[in-house]
Amino acid sequence: MADNVYDAIVIGSGISGGWAAKELTQKGFKTIMLERGRNVEHVKDYPAATKHPWDYPHRGGRTQQMIEDYPVLSRDYPLNEKNLDFWVNEKESPYVEVKRFDWYRGYHVGGRSLMWGRQSYRHSDLDFEANLKDGHGVDWPIRYKDIAPWYSYAEKWAGISGNRDGLDVLPDGDFLPPMDMNIVEKDMAARIKSHYKGKRHFIMGRVANLTQPHEGRMNCQYQNQCWLGCNFGAYFSTQSSTLPPAVATGNLTLRPFSIVTRILYDKDTKRAKGVEILDAETNQTYEYFAKIVFVCASAFNSTWILMNSATDVWEGGLGSSSGELGHNAMDHHFRCGAGGRMEGYEDKYYFGRRANGLYIPRYRNVGDDKRDYVRGFGYQGSASRGRWSGEIAEMSIGGEWKDAMCEPGSWSVGFTAFGEILPYHENRIFLDKEVKDKWGLPVLAMDMEIKENELKMRKDMMEDCQEMLEAAGVKDVQTYDNGYGFGQGIHEMGTARMGRDPKTSVLNGNNQVWDAPNVFVTDGACMTSGACVNPSLTYMALTARAVDFAATELQKGNL
Amino acid sequence: MNRREALARVAWIMGGTVIGANLFLEGCTREAGKNVESLFEPATVDFLGDVADTILPPTSSPGAKEAGVGAFIPVMVKDCYTAADQKTFVEGLTTLENASKKQFNRKFQELDANERTELLAAIDKEAKEHQRNKTDEEPNHYFHLFKQLTLLGFFTSELGATKALRYVQIPGRYDGDYPYKKGDKAWAT
Repeated sequence: MADNVYDAIVIGSGISGGWAAKELTQKGFKTIMLERGRNVEHVKDYPAATKHPWDYPHRGGRTQQMIEDYPVLSRDYPLNEKNLDFWVNEKESPYVEVKRFDWYRGYHVGGRSLMWGRQSYRHSDLDFEANLKDGHGVDWPIRYKDIAPWYSYAEKWAGISGNRDGLDVLPDGDFLPPMDMNIVEKDMAARIKSHYKGKRHFIMGRVANLTQPHEGRMNCQYQNQCWLGCNFGAYFSTQSSTLPPAVATGNLTLRPFSIVTRILYDKDTKRAKGVEILDAETNQTYEYFAKIVFVCASAFNSTWILMNSATDVWEGGLGSSSGELGHNAMDHHFRCGAGGRMEGYEDKYYFGRRANGLYIPRYRNVGDDKRDYVRGFGYQGSASRGRWSGEIAEMSIGGEWKDAMCEPGSWSVGFTAFGEILPYHENRIFLDKEVKDKWGLPVLAMDMEIKENELKMRKDMMEDCQEMLEAAGVKDVQTYDNGYGFGQGIHEMGTARMGRDPKTSVLNGNNQVWDAPNVFVTDGACMTSGACVNPSLTYMALTARAVDFAATELQKGNL
Repeated sequence: MNRREALARVAWIMGGTVIGANLFLEGCTREAGKNVESLFEPATVDFLGDVADTILPPTSSPGAKEAGVGAFIPVMVKDCYTAADQKTFVEGLTTLENASKKQFNRKFQELDANERTELLAAIDKEAKEHQRNKTDEEPNHYFHLFKQLTLLGFFTSELGATKALRYVQIPGRYDGDYPYKKGDKAWAT
């Protein structure tokens, strides 16, 4: 076999790419995983993981130089001196904002699996049937029963901790034991249960952090610094979970610094025959050939690759015959909710830093509930006890004041809503050929916004939160809306959606590109609707399912 | 709840730890003036240490000066401050000295501990008043900046985190019903 011929090519090494590589190699396929950025080795390349706060010259903050170098990242919390190397160099990789779009990218082995939020929830049929029922977007080509076994499969390997709460809107999974609520959260959950007569729920967050040793990985040590990389391998990342078994098969070749510029499409066979890459360090072009290609480059970059492929056949690129490639872009809108103060519990505190909180599953437009908008939202939040703020008039400097500030203050509670964004055709990305990146490649232009449905929803997202927190016993509850910039959810979805009809969708129900059935897109690009839950677990499940399908089809000689 | 508090409260969602969150969210153009370099001179570091030590003096735990806040402050002013705040900060050193001379006819570092506290407590009142009434465009009060950096620097320093507060780098477990009695220190992180 020539050294550029493989059974399978995986583009991208994040959550989806890592899963594709693991599944393909374990099924015996010689696989090359192409990653556009540098390698990041587990533990060895987590330099910040063992540092103390005082080891950072700016104590974790941001310098004016960083703000200048990272104009997008600086719009929100991710810009900090602790894990700057995990975020993309914005000067090398620009993009165009037709409308404001915040794009937080990780170009390295592991991608954003190293920095992700780790909240892991299943979609339910409420989500899979939503488009069909309210007429937005196209119908998902799958239902919960099609993906349920694959959710289990993904959860069992990745290690998702959570409670089996028995809720229809948020199906239970194959969980490790849940993390604990603190004493205040437990009481709040009980009050919510009785106040809403079981119609609304405060549940423990389901999170990809291990609560017991699992598949050779250690359990969470409650440091709450996951995004620096975890030396214990206690949260799911490519490095901790999917790469080691893929490497162990002997079937994996990992090639960092490999920017895939296009999929090589064969007009005669109507199949992809491989990919072309640009070596990010040497600017040399190489070709790799394989029977199947898994596109897992992160939602919008996966679509970028399709748009640059087979342009001699379709001007708009591979998958554009539907007219939907690049369209129906989604995220989750958030940054609004409420918070307040919990009285009492002065004799209670906690030990350990729990990188997880509570979750309030969707209840709007569920069952008999009907609002003046469609779809819904969930909440994430927690109760915590911060240090005393020191802001009182009588005391402002000095020893007595200092000692008082060394003690914890009162308990506070804060919740943030995460809402679904409808798949609007006009919310789109497209190639801007006038603007080039460091490698002379055209960049993406972002043109999307939230609309009336989301804006109406935001009102409930704030007001419901206040009502629930008050019912849970929280005092001085104040709502807030800090404004949402599209992309800030870091849940880019859509632009190459799955569907039932090649005329209105890019992918079929097995994530195959309708126009090139040996090309599979299994990351966020494939999403037909966004639901309101964190999406990564769904990418894991869809990827494992698609690999299984691809293997069967290869055996049958259909690819 | 303001933006900073909201940010701190949702920080767990993405696994981040927010320290001095206000510093994360501010900033405009970078224009490190030559005057900022003067903050690194040993005499100035010593002066800043004494100001910080008046704000957070030694008690049963070490004070801000011993915790290295005097050397921490210039780094932050130089690297993290906007040009406007740099100007305010540097000019504030002189303003503080002038206030000391006016009230006590002596330089700040020539005052005894009680005099230093009396002087800074009065300036702190003035700073609070200023911050409460100013518009977003108006400059900050220099003492507001002094105090903010002192608090940030102290509580994230090794001595501040481990002696004034409680610090456990690797807790290893979570207990959400952990007893607390008055006088127990807060967790540093």
